Amino acid sequence: MYDIKNTAKGLVAHGVSTCAGCGLELIIRHILDVLGENTVIVIPPGCAALFSGYGKETALRIPGFQGNLENTAAIAAGIRAGFEVQGRHDITVLAFAGDGATVDIGIQALSGMFERGERVLYVCYDNEAYMNTGIQGSGSTPFMAATTTTPGGKPSRRKNMLEIAAAHGIPYAASASAAYIDDLKKKVEKAKNTDGPSYLHIHTPCPTGWGFDPALSVSLARAAVQTGAWVLYEIEKGKLKLNSKTTKLKPVSDYLKPQGRFKHLSDKDIQDIQQEIDEYIQVLASRSENQAVI
Amino acid sequence: MKKEIRRMLDGNGAATEALKLARVQVISAYPITPQSPIAEKLSELVVSHKLEARYIRVESEHTALSCAIGAQLTGVRAATATSSVGLALMHEILGVASGCRVPIVMPVVNRALVSPWSLWCDHQDAMAERDSGWLQFYTENVQEVMDFILIAYNIAEHTEILTPAMVCLDGFFLSHSTQPVMTPDQETVDAFLPPYRSKNLFLDPKDPMFINNLTSPDEFSEMRFQQKVAFERALDIIPEVQNHFAGIFGRQYGLLEAHECEDAEVVLVTMGSMAGTAKYTANMMRKAGHKVGVIKISVFRPFPVAQLAGLLKGKKVVGVIDRSAGLGAQGGPLWLEVKAALPDNDTRVFDYVAGLGGRDITEKTIETIFTGLLQKVNKKDANPDAPGVCWIDTHPDAMSVREVIVND
Ligand SMILES: Cc1ncc(C[n+]2csc(CCOP(=O)(O)OP(=O)(O)O)c2C)c(N)n1
Ligand code: SF4
Ligand SMILES: [Mg+2]
Repeated sequence: MYDIKNTAKGLVAHGVSTCAGCGLELIIRHILDVLGENTVIVIPPGCAALFSGYGKETALRIPGFQGNLENTAAIAAGIRAGFEVQGRHDITVLAFAGDGATVDIGIQALSGMFERGERVLYVCYDNEAYMNTGIQGSGSTPFMAATTTTPGGKPSRRKNMLEIAAAHGIPYAASASAAYIDDLKKKVEKAKNTDGPSYLHIHTPCPTGWGFDPALSVSLARAAVQTGAWVLYEIEKGKLKLNSKTTKLKPVSDYLKPQGRFKHLSDKDIQDIQQEIDEYIQVLASRSENQAVI
Repeated sequence: MKKEIRRMLDGNGAATEALKLARVQVISAYPITPQSPIAEKLSELVVSHKLEARYIRVESEHTALSCAIGAQLTGVRAATATSSVGLALMHEILGVASGCRVPIVMPVVNRALVSPWSLWCDHQDAMAERDSGWLQFYTENVQEVMDFILIAYNIAEHTEILTPAMVCLDGFFLSHSTQPVMTPDQETVDAFLPPYRSKNLFLDPKDPMFINNLTSPDEFSEMRFQQKVAFERALDIIPEVQNHFAGIFGRQYGLLEAHECEDAEVVLVTMGSMAGTAKYTANMMRKAGHKVGVIKISVFRPFPVAQLAGLLKGKKVVGVIDRSAGLGAQGGPLWLEVKAALPDNDTRVFDYVAGLGGRDITEKTIETIFTGLLQKVNKKDANPDAPGVCWIDTHPDAMSVREVIVND
């Protein structure tokens, strides 16, 4: 039983230990607002573990378990099975993991959970590196971004985890962004009501790791979408639906320039990145069943 | 009234039957030789509704144990089983189960670890996890596999213990050896093993708690200490539960078993299926006038120090068979425990490494060990106090097996 010292507005304490301007902090509040109290959360090590708390204190008002870096999906699947055999189908089981815990070390357990069709809502908050251990590169770190293990800029492309998730044929997979909360909330609601695995991959700026002014978090996340560096879309039963514009995009330099991790980029590098974005946007637009709304 | 039927089961079959009798509700298992029949048979029981449970066909042992922990924290008995590299892959998660005090009972079918690859029995897989915070039981025969699993549930789930348990059975020697087994009926087991209820830690939105977050140095040692106390209490509680079991089922077990030790001049300490061979060989040698005895360690964690020391009091020469190599240590893991259990008196303890990677521990092996030990008593041994570990069953030309030729 929790001994609640100060009642917060939502299910997350007001005072938490994330850095100022943390994108992850913004989205966890909104996600839990949608999901409500009847939720169990699984969090691996990483910045999200700041919400697991320390010692006898936690930042969450729902039950939770901090697993290992690789097994977020596995623990969640076990919890789901335990509730199912007791007829407690109404509980939402939320796996809430960083990009490292998802696209790298945890991809096997996640793939297994998807393949078996377990009803788990899996959220990957993507701050595009291993932030909690000191900004090391991950499989989701973008091309050319500097981290403490890619000091010269990451020489390879990032994994497209949303497509990997969707390739399992799961009923619902979507990308989202810390700058588009209404869109995010709709997607969380949809995922909650999905009868089977659902996957949300959410772009969450990290001022500490990316090197930008914490006051600019939301505008930077927005710039990512407006330049096409991050695209909002859903894949529902195999069908792709775009939620953000693919035309009249701003130049990607608008997104790259304010960030310390890209400050070493030459004009040629930026041109290359621009070209890749243009090509990828074309691919998505041609697969989409609709015109974008945002 | 107890009702039991005699069935022919192999070790894997007995383990499966015991998990079924314990009414496990979530199963997550990954196949590995020689455990695979457990993973297969459980899925069959579930699909045919002979066992009302969810079967999670996991993609690894790491996930198998993670799922089991998640499920058990919601308030059901969860089951998994493994062997060898599968247990090694679980290593990280073993500590989560024990540290979070989740009393999972897991059959471990003992098999050597790589490298080189071996499919066959030794104890190195379980020995590598001897400090993982799990209780460890070792079985001699298929009946013990069945009984120890049922007993282990009762101990693991005891309020003062709340500690997961491995029930180890020797790969192939037990897992694939068919023996007659008295199989209890469900009603009697239900009376012995009441329905599961989460104690201490659980996940339930109706009574929320956050489990397993970061813990400060202020509390970490204390939480380990609590586990240590549970292991100490287990030394009292295990015999209580074993006696309770004997009252119902008529089969009496202990932390260890002594065979012909009272007047024995030399005693050999064994563990697992080799104990049967050792007892048989001791009987033969006694007929020939040699006073030899055998101890079988049934519970390795917690290690029954006082009980062992009591039995070995006054013995001049004791032998130990280690079914794992203990590379770089002063002796194998069982020898280290036996040696440390004996006060600094004049008992000399000799270690024999044998039965690695599936090599049989034969009557001949045991007889050679006993003969050597007797020579040490009579001081007929050329060098009776020679320290070090004796690899009793290696070929004389061991160093030339697969010798690497350097081409330079
Ligand atoms: C098996 C294992 N290896 C390494 C670590 C150390 N570790 C803790 S968090 C972390 C990075 C997590 O990155 P991510 O999932 O992206 O979360 P973030 O910190 O960025 O929020 C690492 C490598 C660990 N906890 N477990
Ligand atoms: S390092 Fe980044 S992700 Fe982690 S708490 Fe700080 S801002 Fe948030
Ligand atoms: Mg990250």
